[in-house]
Amino acid sequence: MKLVYFAWVRERIGVPEEERDLPDSVHMVADLIEWLIGHGENYAYAFENAQAIRVAIDRQHVPHDAPIGNAKEIAFFPPMTGG
Amino acid sequence: MARVIVQRDGFDIAAEIARMAAESGSDVGAIVTFTGLCRAEKGALAALELEHYPGMAEAEMERIAHEAEGRWPIDALTIVHRYGKIVPGEGIVLVLVASAHRAAAFEAAEFLMDYLKTHAPFWKKEHRADGQDGAWVEAHARDDVALGRWQS
Repeated sequence: MKLVYFAWVRERIGVPEEERDLPDSVHMVADLIEWLIGHGENYAYAFENAQAIRVAIDRQHVPHDAPIGNAKEIAFFPPMTGG
Repeated sequence: MARVIVQRDGFDIAAEIARMAAESGSDVGAIVTFTGLCRAEKGALAALELEHYPGMAEAEMERIAHEAEGRWPIDALTIVHRYGKIVPGEGIVLVLVASAHRAAAFEAAEFLMDYLKTHAPFWKKEHRADGQDGAWVEAHARDDVALGRWQS
């Protein structure tokens, strides 16, 4: 699974993207966030206010209870500030 | 068909209006444009650095444009959004909507901006004029409030 990060989520985690093999226990986006938080202080820092983090699966916005299914790419980023 | 562009370079507002007027047919009576500019914040800001999610930015802008086309009788629609370093006074985003009458064009342009602000994957980081580390611009609750009126 390709994970990509943007803006301060990217800065806090320390890499723009990575490949991860997800365990069977990760079914939905919230599970994935919880699992990532267990991988180090950088992840815990990036997701310290997990509710505020926006998520896209295969380049479409999804809520945290969305199933991961056969996603190719999951993105995590702060609320958007374009425009 | 919406024209959706994500680019590093600046945009030419007059050229975009002329292009739209030429291509959108003789029943267009109104072209509304909105231009979002980089503010100097009273001299505190040297530049904004805009990060985006390549691929999703375009896809989301297409989805927002399609939604607008379903709500209003739009003859032509253009959205240009820049990324990279942008200095005060330069344009960041440009929205143009052509319609037979102005009401639909004004409303659709506002709708597009409200959705772009909250849904298009772009993030602004400040470069401060005093050389200190700039912060990421925080999203405003008022942008979500503005969005709410289209969702009732």
